[in-house]
Amino acid sequence: MGSLFRSEEMTLCQLFLQSEAAYACVSELGELGLVQFRDLNPDVNAFQRKFVNEVRRCDEMERKLRYLEKEIKKDGIPMLDTGENPEAPQPREMIDLEATFEKLENELREVNQNAEALKRNYLELTELKQILRKTQVFFDEHEGGLNPTESMTRALISEECLARHGTLGSVQLGFVAGVILRERIPPFERMLWRACRGNVFLRQAEIETPLEDPSSVSCINTFILLVLGQTQDHRHRVLVAAAKNIKNWFVKVRKIKAIYHTLNLFNLDVTQKCLIAECWVPVLDLENIQLALRRGTERSGSSVPPILNRMETCENPPTYNHTNKFTSAFQALIDSYGIASYREMNPAPYTIITFPFLFAVMFGDLGHGMVMALFAAWMIFKEKPLAAKKTDNEIWNIFFGGRYVIFLMGVFSMYTGFIYNDIFSKSINVFGSKWTVNNISLEKMNKEKVLMLSPSTNDYEGVPYVFGMDPVWQFAQNKIIFHNSYKMKISIIFGIIHMLFGVSLSLLNHLYFNHRLDIICEFIPRIIFMSFIFLYMVLLMFIKWIMYFPTDELAYIKYSPHCAPSILITFINMILFKTTVVDKECDAHIYAGQMALQKLLVVIAVLCIPWMLFAKPFFILRGQKEKALASHQQMPSAVENGDTEGPLQNNSVHVNGGAVNNRCPGGVEEGVGEHEEDVSEMFIHQGIHTIEYVLGSVSHTASYLRLWALSLAHAQLADVLWKMVLRRGFVIQDWKGGIVLYVIFMFWACLTVSILVLMEGLSAFLHTLRLHWVEFQSKFYKGAGYAFQPFSFETILDSASQTPEE
Amino acid sequence: MALSAVPFIIFTVFWGGVGIGLPIAVPKGPNRGIIQVILMLTAATCWLFWLCCYMAQMNPLIGPALDRHSLLIMAREWGNPITR
Repeated sequence: MGSLFRSEEMTLCQLFLQSEAAYACVSELGELGLVQFRDLNPDVNAFQRKFVNEVRRCDEMERKLRYLEKEIKKDGIPMLDTGENPEAPQPREMIDLEATFEKLENELREVNQNAEALKRNYLELTELKQILRKTQVFFDEHEGGLNPTESMTRALISEECLARHGTLGSVQLGFVAGVILRERIPPFERMLWRACRGNVFLRQAEIETPLEDPSSVSCINTFILLVLGQTQDHRHRVLVAAAKNIKNWFVKVRKIKAIYHTLNLFNLDVTQKCLIAECWVPVLDLENIQLALRRGTERSGSSVPPILNRMETCENPPTYNHTNKFTSAFQALIDSYGIASYREMNPAPYTIITFPFLFAVMFGDLGHGMVMALFAAWMIFKEKPLAAKKTDNEIWNIFFGGRYVIFLMGVFSMYTGFIYNDIFSKSINVFGSKWTVNNISLEKMNKEKVLMLSPSTNDYEGVPYVFGMDPVWQFAQNKIIFHNSYKMKISIIFGIIHMLFGVSLSLLNHLYFNHRLDIICEFIPRIIFMSFIFLYMVLLMFIKWIMYFPTDELAYIKYSPHCAPSILITFINMILFKTTVVDKECDAHIYAGQMALQKLLVVIAVLCIPWMLFAKPFFILRGQKEKALASHQQMPSAVENGDTEGPLQNNSVHVNGGAVNNRCPGGVEEGVGEHEEDVSEMFIHQGIHTIEYVLGSVSHTASYLRLWALSLAHAQLADVLWKMVLRRGFVIQDWKGGIVLYVIFMFWACLTVSILVLMEGLSAFLHTLRLHWVEFQSKFYKGAGYAFQPFSFETILDSASQTPEE
Repeated sequence: MALSAVPFIIFTVFWGGVGIGLPIAVPKGPNRGIIQVILMLTAATCWLFWLCCYMAQMNPLIGPALDRHSLLIMAREWGNPITR
């Protein structure tokens, strides 16, 4: 088990498997899920591979199972899902399975056919019965009312015919009776008319009851129904029996199919007795894999053990982070930006805290945080039953997948909310406010509507509220002014610290990859640039908080609120080398020697820019020249020189493509050859990075102000909701007020959850994500790797069971 | 100067304990490093957040502006009722 700080060390392995043992071994590896196989026959068509036949048989079996599943679902029979995970069956069991499915399918098809035939039969008989009944009416009419029929016959049949038949007594007309769809009647009538040249007499009677309706059960109908019922029963029995096993079968078939798919990636050796595989394997898990291979060999009864060889390679290995259910959501946040390069610092461990914290700075409200934390705590508490209930509701899956992130976000929001002293936009006075009304008389109050408590008098106790914001600010008229100055400052303070932390992580990267040149030419100037300008601004903020205090005494006027400098103006003037213009009683400097120090800082910081820009290409060029000279002078001893020049080579390789292994021929050749193009490219590359960093540190600092902006918006929105909605419920007296409050509270609670917790939460989440992806990770994270996708039954089964439902 | 030593020491010691003491006490295991980082970062961020809020109010350059009703209620509820 490695830690999450860097991805696991991977190695390429070659695997020799005896043909008989290959199936069992691959099956064991699939259960383990730690091996990523490479396709060794990429140029072979998918239909020409060795195990195409088996794969096809599996496909066929899967199709049958799906048919069965469809029928089971149609009948609404519950499918037994024990959640058990049967091992992949032996290849010879495949035939049994096939036979079983074949039998089941045939039986089902037969039953279905029979049922259909019976149904048709039944329908025909019902039709017949209806005809008999209806024609009965006709003939009754014929016999009863003789005269009208007679007149009709006369009209239809010509005089001479009548004369000819006259002797034969009453006229006998031939007739045909049948059933026809109602909408077909007019065409039918027309057709008859034409066919019989008008010599037709059509009577129709509607059959009122729909034909499937077995309302009138005659003798024959009962019989058919009985058979039909028995057929249905049989079908039901077959399906119920199948439903018990179907999940199990699905798992088995899918496993077999996955194994043969994998075997198709392998290469046959010349003797045809051995299968050769290449795979990426985490170094730390090699032993587990050996064990699994041994188990597989034993199961197959083969005598020759499989051979696992480590291989040297120039390729970049895949990135594999070993996560658990807690860290996986955070890792997913990072991975959706880009998979880390191999062995690069992984930001995920730090994100576990910084992400919820920065979120909470924007979302700070004890009440809203509690709603969020309780919801997530419920999901965590009910983890197992909820996870077992697999739904394809995407929104729910996102919430459930991120339950630990949401929980931490909720908990941190509670903390920051407590510090902001905001609970659904109200404050609580836990530790006793430090502000009291001492110096304001009633007369004064009558004169002015709004009065300010003076911080320099004993209105203010002298020491701040112990934990968080003083509750007095909640109902102060100038609350926003005070909060803005405070929240803007903390946004910048935390932003700068966050970015400096990111730059420091890049140092760990350089140290790990042994890029000495990058430390000197990138890390050091970067951290100097950032600290000398921006960290200094943070220091100024703290200095201002400490040095300036409320006072009315003239002796301290330099440190009074009247003379307190604006940090922003001071900062801008520092960059422009200007002196702040102040009133004559104030001091232009915060401390002695401020101007000189500030100039020095800015000059050094500006000097860092060319350092970042030119130092690295320069050193690389010099190194290349030296090496070229050395190789000219001592051609024969080039082999011994290889070791001493290791680090230099390494650096040039890093510039060209970040390949770690310096034995790769490609990297070195690129470093030496194509000199001219390489140099210009190097400068452009370096220029882009420098400009990005310098401009970025300004814009990124400003970008952290979103912490303040969103926090302000959230607090104001909560305040508005309280004032506009819930407060209306408090004004009505008596028992009516209770009812009104009941309704209004419901309204307020719905709005709170939907707008403040869900929508604001989503918006704060996205802003936090951006702060991490752009502002934080741009300082050290390349994200140019590709993910390790091990051959694992678990993932294959998961994805297979999800696709058909969509 | 208005830094009161007691709350500062209490909170610093508390978060120091979380950020320095607990990481040492984390039992050995595959996740030890992650838990240590979590504890340290939690302590650092929470302590600094508290400190910033505390320091921002330490020397307030403005006082709260309150309207008449708030003033009267505040005086009555937070003990210094206006009698004159």
